[in-house]
Amino acid sequence: MTNLKSLTLRGLLASAIALAPLTTTAIAQDFAGENIEWTIPFGVGGGTDVWARFFAPQFSEHLPGNPNVVVLNVPGGGSITGANQFAMRAESDGLEILGTSASTQFPAILGDPRVRYDYADWTAVLASPVGGVVYIAPSYGVSGPADIEALRGAEIRFAAQSATGLEMPVLLAFAMLDLNIRPVFGMESRGAGRLAFERGESGIDFQTTPAYLSSVVPLVEAGNAVPLFALGVVNADGSVSRDPSFPDLPTFVEFFEQATGAAPEGEAFDAWRSLMLAGFSLQKMVVLPRDVPAEIIAAYTAAAQAIVDAPDFRERAGEELGAYTQLVGAEADAALTEALQIDPAVRDYLVTWLRDAFNVSF
Amino acid sequence: MLDAALLALGQVFTGAHLGFLVIGVFVGLAVGIMPGLGGIAGMSILLPFLYGMDPTSALGMLIGMVAVIPTGDTFTSVMMGIPGSSASQATVLDGFPLAKRGEAARALSAAFASSLFGGVIGALVLSVAIVMARPLVLSFSSAELFMLTLFGLSMVAVLSGRSLAKGIAAAGLGLIVGVIGTAPATGEPRLTLGIDYLYDGIPLVVVAMGLFAIPEIIDLLKRGNAISETTGLGGGWGRGLRDVLRHPWLVTRCAGLGCVIGALPGLGGAVVDWIAYSHAVQTSRDKSQYGKGDIRGVIAPESANNACQGGALVPTLLFGVPGSGSMAVFLGGMVLLGIQPGITLVQTRLDLTYTIIWSLALANIVGAGLCVLLARYVARLTQIRFVYLAPFMIMITMFAAFQATRSIADLVALVVMGAVGLYMRRFGWPRPALLIGFVLAPGAEGYLYQAVQFYDWDWIWRPGVLIIAAITVASVVLGLRYGADISSEGETDPAAAATRPRQMAFTALFLGAALACVVSALGLSFLGQVFPLTVGLLAGGGAVWVLAHLALGRASALHDDDAALAIAGRWSGRELYLALFVGVVAAIWLIGFLPAMALFFPLFLILIGKAPVIRALILTASALAFIYGITTAMSLRLPEGLILATLT
Repeated sequence: MTNLKSLTLRGLLASAIALAPLTTTAIAQDFAGENIEWTIPFGVGGGTDVWARFFAPQFSEHLPGNPNVVVLNVPGGGSITGANQFAMRAESDGLEILGTSASTQFPAILGDPRVRYDYADWTAVLASPVGGVVYIAPSYGVSGPADIEALRGAEIRFAAQSATGLEMPVLLAFAMLDLNIRPVFGMESRGAGRLAFERGESGIDFQTTPAYLSSVVPLVEAGNAVPLFALGVVNADGSVSRDPSFPDLPTFVEFFEQATGAAPEGEAFDAWRSLMLAGFSLQKMVVLPRDVPAEIIAAYTAAAQAIVDAPDFRERAGEELGAYTQLVGAEADAALTEALQIDPAVRDYLVTWLRDAFNVSF
Repeated sequence: MLDAALLALGQVFTGAHLGFLVIGVFVGLAVGIMPGLGGIAGMSILLPFLYGMDPTSALGMLIGMVAVIPTGDTFTSVMMGIPGSSASQATVLDGFPLAKRGEAARALSAAFASSLFGGVIGALVLSVAIVMARPLVLSFSSAELFMLTLFGLSMVAVLSGRSLAKGIAAAGLGLIVGVIGTAPATGEPRLTLGIDYLYDGIPLVVVAMGLFAIPEIIDLLKRGNAISETTGLGGGWGRGLRDVLRHPWLVTRCAGLGCVIGALPGLGGAVVDWIAYSHAVQTSRDKSQYGKGDIRGVIAPESANNACQGGALVPTLLFGVPGSGSMAVFLGGMVLLGIQPGITLVQTRLDLTYTIIWSLALANIVGAGLCVLLARYVARLTQIRFVYLAPFMIMITMFAAFQATRSIADLVALVVMGAVGLYMRRFGWPRPALLIGFVLAPGAEGYLYQAVQFYDWDWIWRPGVLIIAAITVASVVLGLRYGADISSEGETDPAAAATRPRQMAFTALFLGAALACVVSALGLSFLGQVFPLTVGLLAGGGAVWVLAHLALGRASALHDDDAALAIAGRWSGRELYLALFVGVVAAIWLIGFLPAMALFFPLFLILIGKAPVIRALILTASALAFIYGITTAMSLRLPEGLILATLT
C-alpha cells in the first residue's frame, strides 16, 4: 500500500515536474523510449543545423535502444545564447547533447564576457573538421607565393562577417603575410561575402570547403578567381598537413614559407594554430557534460564510430562533410582539451591584435 | 532549356511527386495559419522524413510547404488583425477593416485569388529569369541595396496619414528600436541596457504583433461585440474573386514587383508587402477608402508576397545565398538531400531546377484553392462574440511571440510594444511607419556602411543608385500629394483639442527615446555611432515637429480616440486591458504557459465573458489541448515557469 502510494506520489511529482524524463529508472546504456534533445545554438537551415540533422537519425539508429533524437534550435548571440543555456540546464543523464561550431569555440578562447560556458566541463564524442581556401581576383596578377610583392603592394578589400568569427584565422594569416587587406565587416554570411567578390566589390575572399567546391570552382574554371592557398589541416600535435580536399593547393604554412623564405613562428603563429585547431580541425562537435557516466559516453562513442565506419558514410556525407576524417570519442576529446587549453600569452596576443587592428575590445 | 522545362513539367505531375507536394502544402498551410510559426516550424516537421527520400519528391514536399506560408497567414491578418508573418503585415491595413465591416469572406477570397495569380506569375517570371538572372543579381551591390532601403523608408510618406510629422517621428522610433543590438560594422552593443536578450535586437514578430495585434484585441474587447459589425457575410467568396479579376494589372504589377524584390538577397520579403501596398495607393484614382477597407489594399500585398517567394528562389538556386528566411530553411533542406545549390546546379541539373519552379507554381494553385474552400467556413468566426475569441487570440499571440527566441523576455517585449501600439492608435500615430523603420534599420545601416567601404563616396554616382533615387523622389512627391487621405488610425474627433496635454506628453516620450539614442551613441566608436546619431536626430526632429503642430493646434496632428470620454470625466479602460496582458505574462513567467492558460481561460470567460461554467471549461480544455498538441507535434517549447524551474 505504502509502495503504491509512494509510487503514485512519485508519478504525480514526475508529471508535475512537467515532461522531465524519468531518467533515474532507465538503465544507463539503454535509451529505449527516450527522447534525446540535441541543442543546436543556431537557426534552422544553417550549416551546423544541417550537420546535426544529418547525424541525428544515424545516432538514433546506432544508440542502444534507438532513442528519438530531436534537434532543438536555440539561435542567438552568434551561438553564445544556446551554449549558455545548455551549460546552465543540461543534466548529466546523457539525454541532452550540444552541437557546437567555431563561433561557439572562439568567444570561449577570447574570454568574451557573455560566455557562461566552459569547455572544460564538456567532453566531445564526435568532431567534424572542415577546411577552406583563400582566393583572389585575377586583376591583381597574383598566381602564387612568388608574387608576394604584387600581393603586398595593393590595398585589397575583404568582405567578412566579423573580426571574431570564422574568418579570424584568415585575417590573422593576412596579417602574418603583411598584406594590405581592408576588411569590410557586417556580411550576413560567407555566401554574402562571396557575392561581394563576384560583384567585384572585394578582391580577396575565403570559403569553406563545401561552398568552395560548389560555388568557387566554377569561377576558377572560368578564370574569374585564382586560388592562393588552402588553410591546411592543423593536427593535435601542432603540425600542419595538406587539406585532403585540395591535395594540389599549398597550405598557408607552405605559402608563407615560399613567400617569405622562412617558416612561420612566434606568438602569431601559435595563435593561428590555436584558432585553426578550435575552429577548423574541430569545427563542429557533439559534446556532453563531462560528469555524464562513463558507460553513456562509451555508448555515444560506439554509436559515432559505427556511423563513421558505415561503408556508405562517405557517399552519403557528400561534399558537406568533405574528405575529412571525423574524430570520434577519446580522439575528439583529446583534441578538444588541446584546442581549448589556450596559453594565456596567446590569448593576450589575440586580444591585443583584435583591439589594435580592428578596434574590437572585450 | 525548353526540353528541361518540359521534362520537369512531366516530373511534377507524376503521382508520387504530386502526392508529396500536397502533403507539403498541407503542412505549409497549417504552420502558416498559426502566427509566429513559419517555414522554420514547417521544416522541423518535414525534415525527419526527408532522410532517405527520393530527391525530386522531397524537393516537391519542401517547395509545397515553403510556397504556401504567405497564403495561410492571411487568415489571421484579415480575421483578427494579427500579422501572421512578415509577408502579410500590409494586408492587415485593409483586410481587417473589411472583416469588421462583415466582408471577411470577400477579403479572404480576394487575398487567396491574388496569392494564386501572384504565385503563378512569379513562377513564370522565374522560369525565364533563372537562366539569365545572374547579371541582374550581381548588378545590385550594397549601394543599390542601400538605396532600396531608402525607397522602402519613403513609403512612410504614403502611410503617414494626415500628419507627415507623426510619420517621420514614428519611423524614427522604428529605426531606433532597430538599432537595439550589436552594431553591424563593429559589433559594439547599442541601447542594450546590459540585457542579454537585447543583444540580438527585438524579433520582428514581437514588434509586429505588439504594435498591431494587442491594440486590436483591446479595442475589440472594449467594444464588446463580434469582430464583424454586421450579421451578414457580405457578398461572400465569389465577390472577392471578381474583385481580383477586375484588377488584373494591379495583380501583375505587384507580382512583378514582388518577384524582383524577392530576387535581391538581403532585402528580404519583409518590405515587399508595404511597397506593393504603397504602389497600389499611388496608382489609384480614388484613395479615400484605403485604410478603411479598400479591397485593392488586400490584393496588392497578397499578389506580391507569393511572387516574392518565387523571386527569392533566384539567389538561393543561383548563388546558394538564401533570399529570405524560409529560403534559408529550404536551402538547408536541399543540402540535406545532397544537393548543393549554386551555379553548378542550375548549369548541370536544369531539369531539377525546373522541377523546383513548376512545383512552386503548382503549390500556389493547390494552396490557394484549399484556402478558398476553407475561407467560407473560417469567415464565420467574425460573427462570434469577441469575448469568446479574445482568450484564444491572447493565447496565440503569446505563443507566437515566445517562439521568436523562446525567452520570457519575448513576452515582456511584446507587452511593451503592445503598450506603444495602443497609445499610438489612441493618439493617431501611424503604426506602419514605425514597423517600416524597424524592418529597414539593419539594412539601411549595414548596406550604407558597406557601400562606403567598398566604393568610398563614389557609390552615389552608380547608375542603379541614381535610378532608384529618382524613383524614390517621385514616390515621395506622389505620396505627399495624395497620402493625406490614407489613415490606418481612424478619423479625428473634434473634441481631441481638449486633451492636448496628454498628446504632447506622449509625443515627449518619442523625444525622450530619440535623446536616449543620441546620448548613448556618443560613447561609441565612429562607425558604431553614425547611424544611431542620424536616426536619433531624425526621430527627435519629427517629435519636435509634432509638438509644434500640437502647440499650434493643427488639426492634422490632433487626435485622441478617448477625447470625448475624457471630457465627460470617464475612463475608456485601455489600461485595465493592458494590465490584463501584463498579468497573463506575469502568470506565465511564474507558473508556466499551460498552467497560466488553465487559470486565465476560465477566469476570463466567466468573469468578463459571463460564460456558463461548463462552456468555459470546455473551451479551456480544447484550447489547452490544441496548444499542447501543436507544441509536441512540432517539437516546440513553452515557457516552463519560474516556480518549476527552481524546483528542478
